[in-house]
Amino acid sequence: MENATRKLAIICSKGSLDMAYPGLILANAARMAGHDAMVFFTFWGLDIVNDKKVDHLHMSPLGNPSMPIPAMIAGLPGMEALATRMMVADMDKLEIPHVREMLENLADAGAELYACQLAMDMFKLEKKDLVPQVKDVISAMDFIDKSEGAQVIFV
Amino acid sequence: MATKVYGGIAVEVDDEGFLKKATEWTPEVAKAIAVEVGIPALTDKHWKVLEFARQDTASSGQSPGPRRIVASAGVSMKELYELFPKGPGKLVARVAGVPKPKACL
Repeated sequence: MENATRKLAIICSKGSLDMAYPGLILANAARMAGHDAMVFFTFWGLDIVNDKKVDHLHMSPLGNPSMPIPAMIAGLPGMEALATRMMVADMDKLEIPHVREMLENLADAGAELYACQLAMDMFKLEKKDLVPQVKDVISAMDFIDKSEGAQVIFV
Repeated sequence: MATKVYGGIAVEVDDEGFLKKATEWTPEVAKAIAVEVGIPALTDKHWKVLEFARQDTASSGQSPGPRRIVASAGVSMKELYELFPKGPGKLVARVAGVPKPKACL
């Protein structure tokens, strides 16, 4: 029933709204079930923990065959904002917390959040540009060390 | 289906250890399950959470997840994880004698 210590390491590499939630929800579920969880934000995934961007993550209807919108229309100005608004409204109805609150919950739940050093350098970001829930900025090799024995999920 | 004895009371549990019948639950059963899941003594705050979980399940028909518990039971997310360190998502429900929550949050 209670496994000894199962450990999940989740890599968030995309910064769109629809790619932010799966990693965060899984990390939260792991903590709910009593397992260790760490999340590594890299590349565009850094947007999820970027203090200036976290409240403005978007989803794009373009290039997404699951969207019920013809590709020609999906590329029109304003469609991305519309798709984002619709998705946020649907999530609000289900009382799914916004991303910033998800990050606060995760930190309170004891999940460890890390940002990727190389991506930080690329985007010219410093630790102070990130939400305070990020525990540390670490290298790819640090991540490999910290995730030893963990099941790794790449999003 | 299995029967287990908690606090001297025989109760039916499912494969994951959740009580099959909420009516078989007593505070003594809760104390014994708590010990089994690594909580040696239930404090007032534990009881507040457990009572909320039982009431909420009875009224809504679904066991509450941590987010719902934190919104209504008067404990913070941090406290909830301190009270049930091995995973409040499952353990609140197990100790409260209600089914495993379907909530993802």
